[in-house]
Amino acid sequence: MSSTTVINLAEEPANAFAEIKRRGTALLPLRQDGLARFQESGFPTTNDEDWRFTSLKPFTEMPFETMFEPTIQTIGQSVINGIAFSQHDTDRLVFVDGHLSSELSQISNQSEGVIVSNLASALTTIEDKIGALSGKDQNPLIALNDAFFTDGAWIHIPANQALSKPVHLVFLYTAIKDGQASHIRNLIIAEANAKGTILESHISLGQAAASTNVVTETQLGDGSNLEHIKLQDQSSLAIHLASLHSKLGSDARYAFHSFALGAQLSRNNLRMDLAKPGIECMLNGLYMTRGRQLADHHMIVNHAAPYCNSHEYFNGILDDQSRGVFHGRILVEPEAQKTDAKQTNKNLILSDEATVNTKPQLEIYADDVKCTHGATIGELDNDAIFYLRARGLDSQTARRMLMHGFTGEIVERIQHNTIRDELNELVWGRLENEYHLN
Amino acid sequence: MLEIKNLQARIDEKQILKGINLSVKSGEVHAIMGPNGSGKSTLASVLAGREGYDITDGEVLLQGNDILEMSPEERAREGVFLAFQYPVEIPGVNSTYFLRSAVNQIRKHRGDEELDAMKFLKLVKTKMKELGLAEEFLKRPVNAGFSGGEKKRNEILQMTMLDPSLAVLDETDSGLDIDALRIVADGVNRLKNQNNAQIVITHYQRLLDYIVPDFVHVLYDGCIIKSGDKTLAHDLEEKGYDWLIKDS
Repeated sequence: MSSTTVINLAEEPANAFAEIKRRGTALLPLRQDGLARFQESGFPTTNDEDWRFTSLKPFTEMPFETMFEPTIQTIGQSVINGIAFSQHDTDRLVFVDGHLSSELSQISNQSEGVIVSNLASALTTIEDKIGALSGKDQNPLIALNDAFFTDGAWIHIPANQALSKPVHLVFLYTAIKDGQASHIRNLIIAEANAKGTILESHISLGQAAASTNVVTETQLGDGSNLEHIKLQDQSSLAIHLASLHSKLGSDARYAFHSFALGAQLSRNNLRMDLAKPGIECMLNGLYMTRGRQLADHHMIVNHAAPYCNSHEYFNGILDDQSRGVFHGRILVEPEAQKTDAKQTNKNLILSDEATVNTKPQLEIYADDVKCTHGATIGELDNDAIFYLRARGLDSQTARRMLMHGFTGEIVERIQHNTIRDELNELVWGRLENEYHLN
Repeated sequence: MLEIKNLQARIDEKQILKGINLSVKSGEVHAIMGPNGSGKSTLASVLAGREGYDITDGEVLLQGNDILEMSPEERAREGVFLAFQYPVEIPGVNSTYFLRSAVNQIRKHRGDEELDAMKFLKLVKTKMKELGLAEEFLKRPVNAGFSGGEKKRNEILQMTMLDPSLAVLDETDSGLDIDALRIVADGVNRLKNQNNAQIVITHYQRLLDYIVPDFVHVLYDGCIIKSGDKTLAHDLEEKGYDWLIKDS
């Protein structure tokens, strides 16, 4: 605890910030503004409606060590080869504790004008874009990220171009000691009619209670099409806090898939801004928790233009004393006629002690819209079990088939074939080996 | 083939079946008719082994074996097939995967060789064609988002693939238009041979124009109150059930 960078952030954020200044880090106004906002708000508490079911105490009560420097630990290529999606032909940007690892990254010749790089090396050209989408959000974690972020991905797909292969953003955490805090910032811009697939993985190398606070801004131009698949598979003590802010152009298609499998506490804030007509936006997620894990997805989809579709599908499987939280708010503004919005949250409870707080919410100010929402919490459907048994399958096989189906419902919405297959196996392997299925 | 002797069953303290006797021989088709609430669907469920029913008396012998002690899957493997009145939607479970697992489970039990993916697909596609089901059906999750007619045809497809010795069709005609009814009936008729039997539970005589029964039974208040040949179905169509109920 003698290191100058280990501080109690809740009480002395300015001390940590002094280190930022000392380093002469870029974007000082943005950072200072973030610090000021954070000092004003402090950490959210469970008195805050948006955080009612999720206490940040495991995060705020830790010693806090911002990872200003890249780790000196050597991470071999074998580590990369062992992670999900590594066997696919992708470009890869690897970050360790929020710092780019050039040795582990691998970028091929993308189409002309496509940029796949780290953010820190491009700050001078993109500084006005950072915070453009997340800036108005009151979330203190964004303020904190504004102040302290080190690096992250910068992806730019120019108009009418496509990523020639998926880009895999790999975030590794050394997690050597409790309190290590990585602040990561990603910026993804797809111009008009641009296309691509982006994979995002978060993986702990150590077992300590290290934290991640990642902010991603995604801007999609008119007619663009982006599939974004996130796998959070950190260790059972890790804390994963994420904010995704997306702004979509006319007729843009954005599919975001969230697989929350790891971490003791994970929170995904998803904010979708649908302010142009003809958008299709899908938020599709699966969380699986056991032990004392908590997985929280908190989303606001704002329909501010007509003829947009938004679909949110979240399934959760909860074992032991774990908890799931789903908050899905769809806001349909008066001008957003012909909106088609749907949200479902289904939860499968494998233990008497697991709990779910689900809050699907519709707020509609237009009169010609189609909006549905629903949530279920329970065990496997007995009628379905009987149906399968009546076809000769034993009860264990029937139950497994249904559980596989429960995850499959989410997995099958991934458009990228081989990635979908890999996630299907990964998720199912995890359930078979680590959950109480019978 | 099937001997039902004095079968009595209740659910939540309510006696539904009050002593059913029925004998079905190989090669026969039996129709069971009756007003709502008479116990038709309960009989189907009890035969297939659905949980929640308390069997208070009687026995059900399938080729001499008492099936009431068997689990639903054991009954299915022994050759009982229930075509559900309300087929269950199973999102996320692929139709091909499900059906191949079921077919192979039953083949294994019979000592037949399991079908590999190629052989299975070839077989199922032939059967689907006969039932007027599009191939993309196989890629969809089991019954999820299917229309009423598709669900019923899917039941018949499963039945065709599993080749049961005793098929129980629980109101398979409900919700079908006349074309779909004909396709479903054709499927059932194709399956019929001298080594199997079919019990067709229906509300309406019209299905029996296409699946011609050897025997018709009227179930009322948990008992079979009248049995006859196919002309009984026509009488019921004309006169309703009241004349029988008054007599019983």
